[in-house]
Amino acid sequence: MNELRDLARRLLGDGTVKAVVGYEEGPRGVRPVFVTRPEDADQLIFDPRAVQNLVTFLNPRRPHVKRLGKLAVVVKACDARAAAGLLRESQLRRDEVVLIGVRCGGVVQSPEGPATLNEETVAPRCGTCAQRVPTLADHVVGPELPAPPVQSSEDEMMARLDGRPHAERWDFWMAELERCVRCNACREVCPLCFCERCVQDKSEPQWIESSPHVRGNLAWHLTRALHLAGRCSTCGECTRACPAGIPLNLLNRQAARTVAARFGYVVGDDPGVAAPVGTFRQDDAEEFIR
Amino acid sequence: MSFEPKITAFVCNWCTYTGADLAGTSRLQMASNVRIIRLPCTGRIDPLFLLKAFERGADGIIVSGCHPADCHYNAGNYHARRRFAIFRELLDFVGLDPARITFSWVSASEGNKWREVVNDTVERVRALGPFTAYRELTPPAAGLGGVR
Repeated sequence: MNELRDLARRLLGDGTVKAVVGYEEGPRGVRPVFVTRPEDADQLIFDPRAVQNLVTFLNPRRPHVKRLGKLAVVVKACDARAAAGLLRESQLRRDEVVLIGVRCGGVVQSPEGPATLNEETVAPRCGTCAQRVPTLADHVVGPELPAPPVQSSEDEMMARLDGRPHAERWDFWMAELERCVRCNACREVCPLCFCERCVQDKSEPQWIESSPHVRGNLAWHLTRALHLAGRCSTCGECTRACPAGIPLNLLNRQAARTVAARFGYVVGDDPGVAAPVGTFRQDDAEEFIR
Repeated sequence: MSFEPKITAFVCNWCTYTGADLAGTSRLQMASNVRIIRLPCTGRIDPLFLLKAFERGADGIIVSGCHPADCHYNAGNYHARRRFAIFRELLDFVGLDPARITFSWVSASEGNKWREVVNDTVERVRALGPFTAYRELTPPAAGLGGVR
């Protein structure tokens, strides 16, 4: 913790950055904070409740954040993959941001609960985490931490769904998507949903029905998963932000699974590696095409 | 009355549309269940088109364009191939049987292949039955006030 605070103090003190985006203790658990003065650096904390992906503040849809000047952002490995996505897609320049990587031992499901990591509290996505130290970061701080406890990973949830017939899977998803109120929290929290005008907001023609009804909800969430295919860092923020508790990350994981199996691509934190959608190989598998 | 499936076909202007045209001018007999929508290229077919077709009552869909290396715009079909590979498995994941959608390459000279694609799709979708699962998603107010 002191390492993080000292670094933030130094970066703010010598004028390298105008603000450090990190985590602080709020009235209801851990929340994001923008530290702008070196003397406030002691507000910064990092523990398993630091679930938020702060790279979302670098999303070009947030020009008011950009106006603050150069930022330093505290990133876990999954968050760094989102930053790599923004760099890869020319939405961010590498010299516009300082990435403070933190060694991560997994996070809990809710920033409001206790900081204790155990099989009950660990976020499902952490069970499949393959990278706990960001390599993209300018600085890496914090102690080495043990791997997160695993209870039920998202992969297991998907395997359970895979084992069911189409009609049951359909019923499962329609029951989930029916609860969607189209608050757009999934889109707003996503660091990689950066279209200036979302297809969902277009009304002439209206490709995606905007009222909260299962038919439009299905079109919306399928479209979002497709647009994030080969891009999603699987940070799980959409699932966490969802007030209806819809397991949206499973849709993103499904797209990631296809991309890995067919195109040999796994989203990493190297911005130099091209994303699989938008490129192609002439010998891509096409067993589904007659 | 027996069930006649409604099939929407999204085809590219340069190969499959011309192939379907050839099938017609050659007087090939085939199922009449298909409504063709012509687009410049398979690369222009947004997966949302497929969802919209299902929303408006399609029981099955055909997506067809130029063979690999034959695209009028050089690479549109390669991009479409990646996009639909992902989208198809996503639909499968949420429980939409991918057997309702046929993907094919039909060139301008393959009138016979177009007939086979159409007939096979119609028979396959006929066996699957009407897509009531999707139609049941229709909001109660839909169909009123010109909103479809």
